[in-house]
Amino acid sequence: MNLDTFLLMRHEIGLTIIVLLLLLADIFMEDKKKVNTVAVALFAIYTAIGFVPMDSGELFGGMFSTTPLIVAFKNILNVGVLLILMISVSWVNKKMLPINKVSEYYVLMVSSLLGMFFMISAGNFLMLYIGLELATLPVAALASYDMFNRKSSEAGIKLILSAALSSGILLFGISITYAITGSMYFDIIAGNMGLSYLGILGMVMVFAGIAFKVSLVPFHFWTADVYEGAPTPVTSFLSVISKGAAVFVLMILLFKVFPDMKGIWINLLYGLSILTMFVGNLFALRQTNLQRFMAFSSIAQAGFILLGFLSVDELAVSSIVYFIAIYILSNIVVFGAIQAVGLASGKYEMDDYTGLYRTNPKISIVLMLGLFSLAGIPPIAGFFGKFFLYSAAASQGYYMLVFIAVVNVTISLYYYLKVIRASWLRKSDDSIPYFESDSFLKAGVLIATVGLLILGVASPYYEYIYSLSNIFN
Amino acid sequence: MILGVSIYEILTLSTIIFFIGVYGFVTRKNLIGMLMAVELILNSTALNFVAINKYLYPDLIEGGIFSLFIIAIAAAETALALAIIINLYRLVMSLNTDNLETMKN
Repeated sequence: MNLDTFLLMRHEIGLTIIVLLLLLADIFMEDKKKVNTVAVALFAIYTAIGFVPMDSGELFGGMFSTTPLIVAFKNILNVGVLLILMISVSWVNKKMLPINKVSEYYVLMVSSLLGMFFMISAGNFLMLYIGLELATLPVAALASYDMFNRKSSEAGIKLILSAALSSGILLFGISITYAITGSMYFDIIAGNMGLSYLGILGMVMVFAGIAFKVSLVPFHFWTADVYEGAPTPVTSFLSVISKGAAVFVLMILLFKVFPDMKGIWINLLYGLSILTMFVGNLFALRQTNLQRFMAFSSIAQAGFILLGFLSVDELAVSSIVYFIAIYILSNIVVFGAIQAVGLASGKYEMDDYTGLYRTNPKISIVLMLGLFSLAGIPPIAGFFGKFFLYSAAASQGYYMLVFIAVVNVTISLYYYLKVIRASWLRKSDDSIPYFESDSFLKAGVLIATVGLLILGVASPYYEYIYSLSNIFN
Repeated sequence: MILGVSIYEILTLSTIIFFIGVYGFVTRKNLIGMLMAVELILNSTALNFVAINKYLYPDLIEGGIFSLFIIAIAAAETALALAIIINLYRLVMSLNTDNLETMKN
């Protein structure tokens, strides 16, 4: 192994270096407030380096593989985490600086991302499992980070217990596939899997283990409580980065490891997609807490993502990756607005947002753009993300499912507009007073909003992803 | 390989342990009890890997190594869960899930 092949895992090496430097910064820097700036600056430099083009290749005897598509997806996640770090600076300064827990926050978040990268690049079930655990355990610690808040600890324990259950189910599925094929390598498993009842059991259990992370419907019970109790930046990390990485891994597993059982998992995805969309949307209708509302909204969005899986070709891959990129940006915009309002006033209920436009016009414009993007209103990027998912499903003739999805978009429009109505159309005497957020939060939300508007009018990015999407060979 | 014991008995045992774990996870009302149930699930899978490796594919020790990783990661998971449980106990003075629940639909 020489340096060139070793640099194939450039992203992972970069993240490890950031973790080590942050631990050193915690020891040697007197002023803990500066650790925030150091962390964001380091991660920004690393994100910029990540865009340097890279060849595809394999490391460690096929355990770790990388392709241009994986690199592009890692860059998407990098940008998302950078924006989340920028959003979380003001929260860390206000809540965590007094109890001296600044740098651990960044260390945990970056190491969780490291786990996701190993999970995405895995070519072997052992690597996949270790990456999955490395991605999950720091997030559970982050969810209970606000240690004097009872809700936060409750969110943490719910997340870790359900994650442990899900990884147990995943492991049982892996052991069944191992029993059938005698190997852990994805290539060998794909060649020897065949179609048998035992194999179907293994595939369903592996699917269920990943579906916990994506929060598809029978496995979504933890989502709402964890999202509500966890601190806002951690919730945004869980809802976009964690979910995005899990969707990508689910796609790789189904398309490349279990292609023999396509006829079975297509039906599974068809049913789960309908169930997930309806349950997510109908529960979101009756929520009043904004973080809980965003939890059910993200469950419904996971249902939409499943539509893209149904055409098992390049269109499926590119539409899913493109949708995740847009979903990351739009959710970060919404969570940035929730974070700004929550930090200034301590309010997270929908009714508290009445009359927000009169006192804080900028933040309500940003919130409106983010929610419009999630709902899929044309000039903004979210519409195109959904459009490509529908066209992927329609290309295989699933018109009924597309119709059901459109019905669900209409339902979702109602509850997204409820927030917008509260902040724009209603008047209130005790609306949240005018506030200034700090520059990091402003910059993060601004970049995400501009990204949404640009992706909404510029199509080259989708074509770029489509040109990378050939993972079938 | 154990004389007189076929792979069917071992796989039956591990499946039974797995479902005892799932049952315990769903019915237990105590956080430590739920943690123990999860440990049962993870241990049943480790047993599965070792048995499959030894009986079906004895040439390579992939399964055995996998079970080592499962044990190590399960320990890390338990340590983290216990840390959160201790913090929660300090705040609430109870480990019963009925007393802990503050968030409802």
